[in-house]
Amino acid sequence: MVFLNYLISGIGLGSIYAIIALGYTMVYGIAKMLNFAHGDVIMVGAYICYFSMSGLSAHFEEGSLAAAVVPALAGTVLAMVVCTVLGVVIERLAYKPLRQAGSLAVLITAIGVSYFLQNAAQLLWSSSPKMFTPILSRDLQLSLPGGLSVSALTILTVVVCIVIMVGLTLFTGRTKMGKAMRACSEDKAAAQLMGIDVNRTISMTFAIGSALAAVAGVLYLSTYPSLVPTTGSMPGIKAFTAAVFGGIGSIPGALLGGLLLGIIEILAGGYISTQLQTAIVFAVLIVVLLVKPAGLLGKVVREKV
Amino acid sequence: MKKLRILSLAMTGALCLSLLAGCGGGDSGTSETPSGGASETPAAENTGSTATGAAFKIGGTGPLTGGASIYGLAAQRGAQIAVDEINAEGGAIQFELRYEDDVHVAETAVNAYNTLKDWGMQISLGSVTSTPGVATSALNYEDRIFALTPSASSPDVIEGKDNVYQMCFTDDNQGSASAQYIYDQGLGENIFVIWKNDDVYSTGIYNQFVAKAEELGLNVVGNATFTEDTQTDFTVQLTQAQGSDADLIFLPMYYQPASMILTQADQMGYAPKFFGVDGMDGILTMEGFDTSLAEGVMLLTPFNADATDEATVSFVTKYQEQWEETPNQFAADAYDCVYALKQALEEAGCTPDMSAEEINDALIQVFPTITFHGLTGDGEGITWDATGAVSKAPKGMVIQDGAYVGMD
Repeated sequence: MVFLNYLISGIGLGSIYAIIALGYTMVYGIAKMLNFAHGDVIMVGAYICYFSMSGLSAHFEEGSLAAAVVPALAGTVLAMVVCTVLGVVIERLAYKPLRQAGSLAVLITAIGVSYFLQNAAQLLWSSSPKMFTPILSRDLQLSLPGGLSVSALTILTVVVCIVIMVGLTLFTGRTKMGKAMRACSEDKAAAQLMGIDVNRTISMTFAIGSALAAVAGVLYLSTYPSLVPTTGSMPGIKAFTAAVFGGIGSIPGALLGGLLLGIIEILAGGYISTQLQTAIVFAVLIVVLLVKPAGLLGKVVREKV
Repeated sequence: MKKLRILSLAMTGALCLSLLAGCGGGDSGTSETPSGGASETPAAENTGSTATGAAFKIGGTGPLTGGASIYGLAAQRGAQIAVDEINAEGGAIQFELRYEDDVHVAETAVNAYNTLKDWGMQISLGSVTSTPGVATSALNYEDRIFALTPSASSPDVIEGKDNVYQMCFTDDNQGSASAQYIYDQGLGENIFVIWKNDDVYSTGIYNQFVAKAEELGLNVVGNATFTEDTQTDFTVQLTQAQGSDADLIFLPMYYQPASMILTQADQMGYAPKFFGVDGMDGILTMEGFDTSLAEGVMLLTPFNADATDEATVSFVTKYQEQWEETPNQFAADAYDCVYALKQALEEAGCTPDMSAEEINDALIQVFPTITFHGLTGDGEGITWDATGAVSKAPKGMVIQDGAYVGMD
């Protein structure tokens, strides 16, 4: 009973990690860079959604169906649009000039962008925490036999996560753009020789990754509603861990890694110690990487000498 | 390619501009502040009215940026309001205030402190938060610069330092006062504590609370911890509390994690009594917070922004006019600090041309003897003992219909 409760929280949290991890994994798979600013795009998305929701909800009659649906939906869509643009702009301004530079330079730039976004958010929106209005009322609960109850929000999170995963798998597998992405991830130079516009493909990847970050931001804040300019950094790091856990560069790996990370985190807190919660999560990561260095579902790439 | 480069330059420019614009907007309350002062502390240039050089230079460090900046900014703004008021009166004592950013990091705080020392700081407001406070107070002691910290509440800040004083309760004091209060009022049978174990503030209160509770025979059925990195999901801690039949949960923490706990407890349909400490203050003014979630939450706090006495009303109005938000206890403590310094300087007969060490020696003599009446504490006034610890009465408050109501 308590175990199932923990499991449900774990799956809810894990699904959010998974959505964020998908963004990490796609960017890494194609651009071969770790976009540490990804977590902060989540935060920007959440702020955009927060402001548009509080702006819009005044125009609807309280308690009506429209008041429950329209601001939440519009807020999410607007957050996705803004984050997509932001992701593309970041890529164009900060990462593209470094395409030929060493990977360390790009990594440091990504950390710089992350700090830039956090501090810009603090200047624009101040550091006082804001309480995020959930996109689905917290009172909506689905009662299961045995006294269990699952909130509609958790169900929505899991469904959205699965839909995104399936959508992305189809996208990379079936569409022309998806094929171009896979080609870029295998060999950028060869892809260019085949007539693929590598820059456009990478921009597209950032656009998709950032739109996913916006969705993740809205879902994350709906469950854990305190919004500050540093909100994105911790889930960002956890999701990065999840991506490595599942095998960075692999889409199903991100899902698996995210879910496992969420569940392990909650169960470790519940049954072992809340003090060691994070330590246990990372210990599991170390063990997994020792046994499977490429992550659970990662491809082992042989270095050609 | 060239076109693209120009485009990216233009966009970078636009981004920078929008940043500056954002900054200018935030600072619009104080007209003297240069609008481009993103990295400069606004307070540094803010007191141009005392150009005679006949002003005491007081300096403080606090997190003006980063995750803890809500506390640093509040203290800076509260102190600035007091300084502006005192300078406007034009009495014998004038102040020049400068705050340096320490980002709530001890190493940065030391650099910030050194900057202030080079500037010629004569009296220090210490640091706003405890972790940097422990580092800077050691320097205050070595350099013989008197410090009165508004809010660094850890006992380590004042321990063994004759010239470092606190305006806030020490953590110990709060922990035992809370236990005593719960015992006296018979508030809970089974008490559960959720505390933040990587934070000296929370840990200090927790330890003292448990010790006092044991002494009084309160039944503490369990405790659970969280850290800076895990302060989002509290389902585990709340499930444990529920499992141990707790009817009162003690929350020695700041209001941000507390708001998450209240939300998640509500979601679980678990409704014990919640009892907070002074860090809980601010929860009602948190943007977007559903105040009905905090209904019935009890807390001990030194300051109540809804109080109707003249001093509080005037301070809250000024603060709201300048910064468009309601001041929390950090702002009030810093405001009180400046006025307490003024009172002590007057009694000690200090003048601005004295050196930091002379002022230090004079203030050490005077501080344990004064009784100060400020925004915090009750009508009895605030006193200090020679160790630097403050003695003031906490106010027991309960939240009813989205407002604090006195419990006594």
